[in-house]
Amino acid sequence: MNDLKAKVKDLFESGAINLFIGYEEGTRRPRPLFVKNAEETNKLVFDDRCSGNLAVYLTRKDLIGGKKVGIAASYYALKSINQLVSENQLSDEWLRVIGLSADGKLLEFGSLAEVSEYLKTASAPPKQNEDELVRQIEAMTMEERWQFWSDELSKCFKCYACRAACPMCYCTKCIVEVNRPQWIQPWATTLSNMEWQINRVMHMAGRCSDCGSCGEACPLGIPIHLLTHKMSETVAANFGQNGDDKGNVLSTFKPEDKENFIL
Amino acid sequence: MDSNIYLPNLMIVEKITQEAPGVKTLRLKFKDEEFGQKFEFKAGQFAEYSAFGEGECTFCIASSPTRKGYVECTFREAGRVTSALAKLEEGDTMGFRGPYGNTFPIDEWKGKNLLFIAGGIALPPMRCVIWNTLDTRENFGDISIVYGAKSPADLVYKHELKEWGERPDVKLAVTVDPGGETPDWKGEVGFVPAVVEKMNPSPENTIAIVCGPPIMIKMTFPVLDKLGFKPENIYTTLENRMKCGVGKCGRCNVGEKYVCKDGPVFSRLELEALPAEY
Amino acid sequence: MERKYISDESLKTFINQLNDEGRHVYAPVAKGEKTEFERVKSFDKISLDHIQTTQSIKAVAFPRTEKLFSYTKNKGDVTLEDYNPDLIPEMVVFGLHPCDAAGFKPLSNIFNWGTPDVPFNERRRRTTLIAMSCTQSDEFCFCTSVNGGPGNTAGSDILLTPIKDKNGYLVEVVSEKGQELVSKYAGLFGEAPDVDKEAYLAKLSRKFSLDDLRGKISHMFESEVWKKQSERCLGCGACAFVCPTCACFDIQEDTKGSKGNRLRCWDSCGFSLFTFHTSGHNPREVQSQRWRQRLLHKFSYMPERLSVVGCTGCGRCSRACPVDMNISDHLAEIADLSVVTTEKEK
Repeated sequence: MNDLKAKVKDLFESGAINLFIGYEEGTRRPRPLFVKNAEETNKLVFDDRCSGNLAVYLTRKDLIGGKKVGIAASYYALKSINQLVSENQLSDEWLRVIGLSADGKLLEFGSLAEVSEYLKTASAPPKQNEDELVRQIEAMTMEERWQFWSDELSKCFKCYACRAACPMCYCTKCIVEVNRPQWIQPWATTLSNMEWQINRVMHMAGRCSDCGSCGEACPLGIPIHLLTHKMSETVAANFGQNGDDKGNVLSTFKPEDKENFIL
Repeated sequence: MDSNIYLPNLMIVEKITQEAPGVKTLRLKFKDEEFGQKFEFKAGQFAEYSAFGEGECTFCIASSPTRKGYVECTFREAGRVTSALAKLEEGDTMGFRGPYGNTFPIDEWKGKNLLFIAGGIALPPMRCVIWNTLDTRENFGDISIVYGAKSPADLVYKHELKEWGERPDVKLAVTVDPGGETPDWKGEVGFVPAVVEKMNPSPENTIAIVCGPPIMIKMTFPVLDKLGFKPENIYTTLENRMKCGVGKCGRCNVGEKYVCKDGPVFSRLELEALPAEY
Repeated sequence: MERKYISDESLKTFINQLNDEGRHVYAPVAKGEKTEFERVKSFDKISLDHIQTTQSIKAVAFPRTEKLFSYTKNKGDVTLEDYNPDLIPEMVVFGLHPCDAAGFKPLSNIFNWGTPDVPFNERRRRTTLIAMSCTQSDEFCFCTSVNGGPGNTAGSDILLTPIKDKNGYLVEVVSEKGQELVSKYAGLFGEAPDVDKEAYLAKLSRKFSLDDLRGKISHMFESEVWKKQSERCLGCGACAFVCPTCACFDIQEDTKGSKGNRLRCWDSCGFSLFTFHTSGHNPREVQSQRWRQRLLHKFSYMPERLSVVGCTGCGRCSRACPVDMNISDHLAEIADLSVVTTEKEK
């Protein structure tokens, strides 16, 4: 921990950054913290309790516009950063990344390209829980599955915490807010909630880091991160992994791409 | 049971006027004639207009309360509801909830000179007051109107501008933005604040009413200051987004003032007391 | 206020009979880690162990999506069908805590400001609140800082306080509605035990002084504190939607062919497009302005305009927040501020 504090302090003192996005102790678990100067770095914590993908703040112009930013990035935040780079949202000119390895060591990245390199060999933290839940759902009949998701999504009140917590949801006007035509009914009912989640998840295809922040953010505990988890699996199986130099798998045509789904 | 404040009155579109590209005026008559005869409103008030199937939209009532039997609204096609309203034909039915909000204190203006300053699509809220005061002309001193739009085509109420221009008891200056003028344009060329300054109206016993896009209002206030108008003698309207129109949906407040209940008409004195969040 | 006693067994009978006579009974039901209000048809489904349900029970009077009226279009013509209050059932909410019961007053003041709101009032009129005092609390609770308390009777029709050593509850009959129910089922109620109610309630220390907070917050529109506090805010609507007093709504159109309904649905001042004008102008452009609106609305505008504080200290917003925007911490910070910015930023 002191490592991180010292490193971030150095970054402030050398003028490399004037804002650091990390975590501090919160009410029950660590929460995001915006550090503005070397003195405030003593509040920083960074360990495996730190959840919530901080990369979500990197597209918030009101917070980071014109600043030199450092960020504490978990494995999944690194993946999101890498994806945001490929979408031309981030630049070495203003961003410095400090990661956390699986064994709890700090990773200092000299550039965003190094983040990309690192991700080629780093393995994702296991998601046994999610894998197990997806298996349970897959074992259901079609009717049971429909019932499961109807029950879960009937709870949704469309607070859009899932969208707000997602680093990839940075559109200034979301499809749910477009009303000419009204693609998705903006009020909460089971069917319109499903429409929303299906659209959200499809928009993540090939971009999602599988961090699970959407599910974690849901105040009603709806396991929507299983949708993105399963989708990430499907995309990887059919079009290759995110971040393996193929670009955005669903917006980059490759001659070897599968076409058997086209009727 | 109380009556349902969200249930609109049905109105028949009696007449449609294409004012400018994308800008229309609808003249509406209450379907329930008896209700229509009893219906009253005052200059400055607004209403919620329904295009059934698309939703509701907020505009001021653009006709004068002195002209009985109908209300008019003028709007630019911009979003989903205004586009649907623009597709209505004469004889079609639409919805109307209102009148809502406060009013211009016309009664307090008796015996005073009036200076109307409007830009673009903001003439409609002012047109209501202009006709109201012209229809009770004997109550007021000099009446001057400065109105500007991007180009001659964008001017709304073209026939009425002509009528006002021909009246000996109205001083009218119509202007278009520099570069917007056409070869046959005979009015002023320049932005509204500059034309006001050139007109050099006396602040003596005069009320200035200013309606326009935020930037025009922002640039006009200093001109009025320079001319010596006191903040309590300058009026404008705020047009915040709203859904209910009656102080419940939570959108239109500026600090603790609700545009739907405390406005839309504010004197500049009142405006200065508001936080800068409009 | 009349005080009575009801045993554990009689309470069961009471609630079951309210259901049997056709009332819709809403009560907390535990599902996994969450407890939520649900319609229950038997007392056995009810869970009373929770500290707080995730959502408040405001939806009985202000549903997340509600029809305001219907219309039918026929060529250019339109016919309307007004809101029908006869479709609203008689409702009983059982097991809500005093902070939820108290929430109906701010809601009612909003919905009746100037003009009465029929859908809200008709639902509220048909709702009876049988609340349960709190015997436990957590670090997010702060009712005692906003004029409430774990045994506060305000807003309830009947308030029950568990008296463990008497195998039942102290019953406080707060309103006429409550009196009617108690009279109707008089056989289930006994004489009030001679106990000190306070001794059975959760102990909550005050986190801030409401007077200090109100004295400051109304004069600090331009303060830097909004920016600082809102940095981590993600701009979702979780806080507003779980709140017992948040009433902001949107009006939407649900059309199928020539028929349709005009709907009211929940909205949140935290959303970036909440105040967005069609022209592109947005009076509350950034999240700090929206956070300021949320707190000023509850602690300055509502007290000023509606004579009621827009917060009951239930702590739900803090529990629901994905980034731990702990409202009582933020309010305490404001109440403790020594310097207040009053200058107008231009």
